[in-house]
Amino acid sequence: MNCCNEKPIIELTAGEKLCKQHFTEYFENKVFKTITKFDLIGKEENLGVAVSGGKDSLTLLNILNKLSKQNPKIKLTAIAINEGIEGYRDKSLITAQNFCDKLNIKLNIYSYEKEFGMPLDNMLKVLDVKPCTICGIFRRYLLNKKSKELGFTKLATGHNLDDECQSIMMNQFKNNIHSSARLGPKVGINENKNFVQRIKPLYLCTEKEVTTYAFVNNILDNFIECPNIGKSYRAQIRDMLNDFEAKFPGTKYSIVNSFLQILPDLKQRFKDAEVNYCSNCNEPASKDKCNACKYVEKLNKAKNKPLIKIK
Amino acid sequence: MQINVFFDRENKEKTINLDLNSSVKDLLTKMNINPVTVIVSRDSNIITEDEKINDNDKIKLISVISGG
Ligand code: SF4
Ligand SMILES: [Zn+2]
Ligand SMILES: [Zn+2]
Repeated sequence: MNCCNEKPIIELTAGEKLCKQHFTEYFENKVFKTITKFDLIGKEENLGVAVSGGKDSLTLLNILNKLSKQNPKIKLTAIAINEGIEGYRDKSLITAQNFCDKLNIKLNIYSYEKEFGMPLDNMLKVLDVKPCTICGIFRRYLLNKKSKELGFTKLATGHNLDDECQSIMMNQFKNNIHSSARLGPKVGINENKNFVQRIKPLYLCTEKEVTTYAFVNNILDNFIECPNIGKSYRAQIRDMLNDFEAKFPGTKYSIVNSFLQILPDLKQRFKDAEVNYCSNCNEPASKDKCNACKYVEKLNKAKNKPLIKIK
Repeated sequence: MQINVFFDRENKEKTINLDLNSSVKDLLTKMNINPVTVIVSRDSNIITEDEKINDNDKIKLISVISGG
């Protein structure tokens, strides 16, 4: 079924084929509906937007910019983390900066080198850890800390339906169900001043839809990939899910929709988990010290020793 | 017929032999690429899977997976 006489550019899971213009409308409406349905953004916000220069975050910024134009009390500021991955993040951050300049949105960049003493590339030379583990811990830490300093009422991220599906399945496969309680389109409690609430307006958009939107709206940059991603567990789950989606269209929607049905129960069940504060930096922590501080200590110890990989 | 295909993820151009009247879907099957993971463009326009491909078409495969 075609939307109109124009040439279609995408076939949706439900079988509908949309042209460029109707797809753009469909996609933006879907994001706005997600924002309303899950009550992601209020009338007045100092909204942070996490950008990496990739298609997801630029698409998000483009749509939130439209929202902010219609609602001047929603103020946007972009924030980016420079992990220090040569040949990858240095390039994507140039794209991010150019796009923010074009939209006239301020971009604040924080680096692992300045905040933790060395870029990720060097961390991986002195410590034998999985790249995405340490990278993710430091990124979440900095985003929360800097969002507070910048006075954000919320932080929007470019997570899409595929990202969420992967996280849900990873937590299932690794028996980490308590981590799933922290997923969903809106994470964190508004009243807790130590966590900046995170929202995911692209929650119901597939990666293919996001890429298509970015392409037809001229915000898709050349493909670049983190050199560390091939090794990750997430990448393997992603490939498995895509194989399933090709055989059984709608699989990803089903995973997320069924997850949304049990999410309130999960949140209820794990709500008592106590939050401590890091004795070193005062950021939220599960034990005496937060994971970021623990890794900084390890890095400082390891800096002067040779790397020995234990198999 | 012969088709030139540029695959952004591999940053490589390949020449693929296809039967006349083949579709985008046939091309992806031949290249062993999951259609969920790419969008396909011809002359800077996105085309859907059922679109027919012509001899000497210049096709670009754009990866939809997130880079990290
Ligand atoms: S793929 Fe892993 S190492 Fe690369 S940016 Fe993402 S989390 Fe960091
Ligand atoms: Zn149309
Ligand atoms: Zn700490």
